[in-house]
Amino acid sequence: MTWGLFTTWILPGLWVTVQVTVFSAALAFTVALAIGTLRTSRWWIVRFLSGAYFEIFRGTSALVMLFWFAFAFPLIFGYELVPMWAGVLALGLTYGAYGSEIVRGALAAVPVAQREAGIALSFTPMQRLRRVEFPQAWPEMVAPLNALTIELMKGTALVSVISVSDLAFAGNVIRLSTGDNAPVYTLLLVMYFLLAFVITRGMRVVERQAKKGVGQEPERVPLFRKRGAGSPGAAGDTRAMGGVNA
Amino acid sequence: MDTPQSTQDDPARPTADATKPDADPAAVPGAGDGHREDGPELIRFQDVTKRFGELTVLDDLCFSVYPRKHVTLIGPSGSGKTTILRLLMTLVKPDEGTITVDGEHLTHEERNGKLVPAGEKHIREVRKKIGMVFQQFNLFPNMRVLRNVTEAPVHVLGMSKDEAEARARDLIELVGLTDHIDKYPTQLSGGQQQRVAIARALAMRPKVLLLDEVTSALDPEMVAGVLDVLRDIAHTTEITMLCVTHEMSFARDISDCVMMFDKGRIVEAAPPEQLFGDPRHQRTRDFLRSVQ
Amino acid sequence: MNWDWGVVADFMPYFWSGLLTTLQALAWGTLIAFSLGLVWAIAVRGPAFVRWPVLGFTEFIRNTPLLVQLFFLFFVLPEWGPTVPVMVAGAVGLGLHYSTYTMEVYRAGIEAVPVGQWEAAHALSMSPRRTWQSVILPQAFRRSVPALGNYVIAMLKETPLIATIGLMEMLGEARAFGTETFRFMEPYTVVGIAFVLVAYPASLLIRALERRLVTH
Repeated sequence: MTWGLFTTWILPGLWVTVQVTVFSAALAFTVALAIGTLRTSRWWIVRFLSGAYFEIFRGTSALVMLFWFAFAFPLIFGYELVPMWAGVLALGLTYGAYGSEIVRGALAAVPVAQREAGIALSFTPMQRLRRVEFPQAWPEMVAPLNALTIELMKGTALVSVISVSDLAFAGNVIRLSTGDNAPVYTLLLVMYFLLAFVITRGMRVVERQAKKGVGQEPERVPLFRKRGAGSPGAAGDTRAMGGVNA
Repeated sequence: MDTPQSTQDDPARPTADATKPDADPAAVPGAGDGHREDGPELIRFQDVTKRFGELTVLDDLCFSVYPRKHVTLIGPSGSGKTTILRLLMTLVKPDEGTITVDGEHLTHEERNGKLVPAGEKHIREVRKKIGMVFQQFNLFPNMRVLRNVTEAPVHVLGMSKDEAEARARDLIELVGLTDHIDKYPTQLSGGQQQRVAIARALAMRPKVLLLDEVTSALDPEMVAGVLDVLRDIAHTTEITMLCVTHEMSFARDISDCVMMFDKGRIVEAAPPEQLFGDPRHQRTRDFLRSVQ
Repeated sequence: MNWDWGVVADFMPYFWSGLLTTLQALAWGTLIAFSLGLVWAIAVRGPAFVRWPVLGFTEFIRNTPLLVQLFFLFFVLPEWGPTVPVMVAGAVGLGLHYSTYTMEVYRAGIEAVPVGQWEAAHALSMSPRRTWQSVILPQAFRRSVPALGNYVIAMLKETPLIATIGLMEMLGEARAFGTETFRFMEPYTVVGIAFVLVAYPASLLIRALERRLVTH
């Protein structure tokens, strides 16, 4: 592998991976907040529809969604998505569904007494959500959302399959043109690992702020947070189904 | 649910009176028929029944509370005292009967001359007249002390931030916590938190303050500070109070009327001197003996 | 373009063959993930020269994309040794990736076993091997079952990734079918629904299992 290949493929690929990660994380976060909140609604029909969204997008594979948005969607709606946006859409909607479970669980964990105090002060339901319940649920969401963001970042490699020239795509191009398989894929793995590290560091700062915001001392945590289930079901990784706050 | 027709003068409905069953209305200021000089009643329960499943918590309950009076509910646990406060706070809904606050129906509203179940908005309007202090304080942990007190006045009453803060500072001073104004609730002791909760409730300028066993969750050495604050408020302001408490000496101190509650009914209602000094009912005597 | 049930019917034979391949890959992947995860979980309780390399390696695997790991296994390993069949590369990739998740499940399960159990085993002069085998692991495993089940479903949803190195599982079949017939909508939709149809009942099953294990 030469320096030229590095600057023409790997670096732009890294930039595309970062973009896809940021855009789909933003979409996923929005979807997670909306669906997660709707799933705590008073109206059963709202709970049912948002729950159905959750089950469908969580139940299917992100890669299948990606293919569906890239190839089936244009046929149905007569509108072809730019591959990168098909990727962002598929990843954002899928990981948003996982995230909604984190949001719903954290909101449900806010003590009932807090809601009652909000009622006693005559807040509207929307004010209660925004000023009382959400700010308290937020610190509880950050750590599992961090885990989810890393899953999402790893998931962005899928967009290479629909010819978005991200890092993984760049790796395949270089493999096909040079046959330097070992160094290329090793480099790729290391770069993804560094991205995960950066995300974790960033989220750590967010978490510390969030905990300070409710007067809690932030705990000391290891380099990477332990993921993949504490007690059965208390997992940070919501790709596992029925995981969080079950 | 029907429109309440009778008043407590109605001889056919003697239960519409906290003095039931031992009617000595003149001796019971604050509740029942006693002192009419304070104008119409502020809170009125009319034939209110509340069931949780099979259990009847409130049984056809009628009583009134008049402005500026301090009424205390005592009685064994599970007798329905706290349910009365939760009904007023609209945290639970009555199964039968009506509740009025300051002449307005709490759970119903009039539309085209008919009483219909109240919408969220109506309930909120009526509820603004009521403040509540909870057993477990229920401060918002995500806000500092000052913001706990200003949040609702600003966003519910639409008060300007400056005005709300000025008032909050006065109230926080009143409860003796000026030094802790920038702390988070988790950094305060239970007694301090409860005093903040009192300030928070008062900041809404309620006509009625509901106190739900406000000292039960406190360490013994914290109780006195909270009760002192409440005594001070009771004696220096015009606010109406409805308390549920296990602190008999506090009840004796601040009450105009004490109501003994058992099995969802009022057993006896009387001024504190009488109820504590010379209770008329065996049930009251037993209860008072058991808590001493 | 309209939905054509005829196309669906044409696709079904390929679909069944793809489903079988998916389940095969899933079965092998699960086996590897469950056993390798246990090895990691026990290894990190060992001496530092075992512990740190294992922690570093699993952390690395867990924080990098499965897709790139699959490419690595399929394209790099043959440079050093014999060619790996695509099913083997896929199952090993899937199993290795998810072993770093099941490892955490086992670790949590092991940590949840009360210290008294270790002490009791010690007091009975049990060998370390016996302690693990008859005291610690049976208790840890019981707590781990629901979370492990969750990862099986997560793995199911990742099996389509193996199509990218050429395995003809469900998605691979759908893609091949689409390329041949220029009908993409039906095969991709059928495969998407198939995932929900397998995953949703499975998740209900796991939730039920979880409740049972929590109450007992």
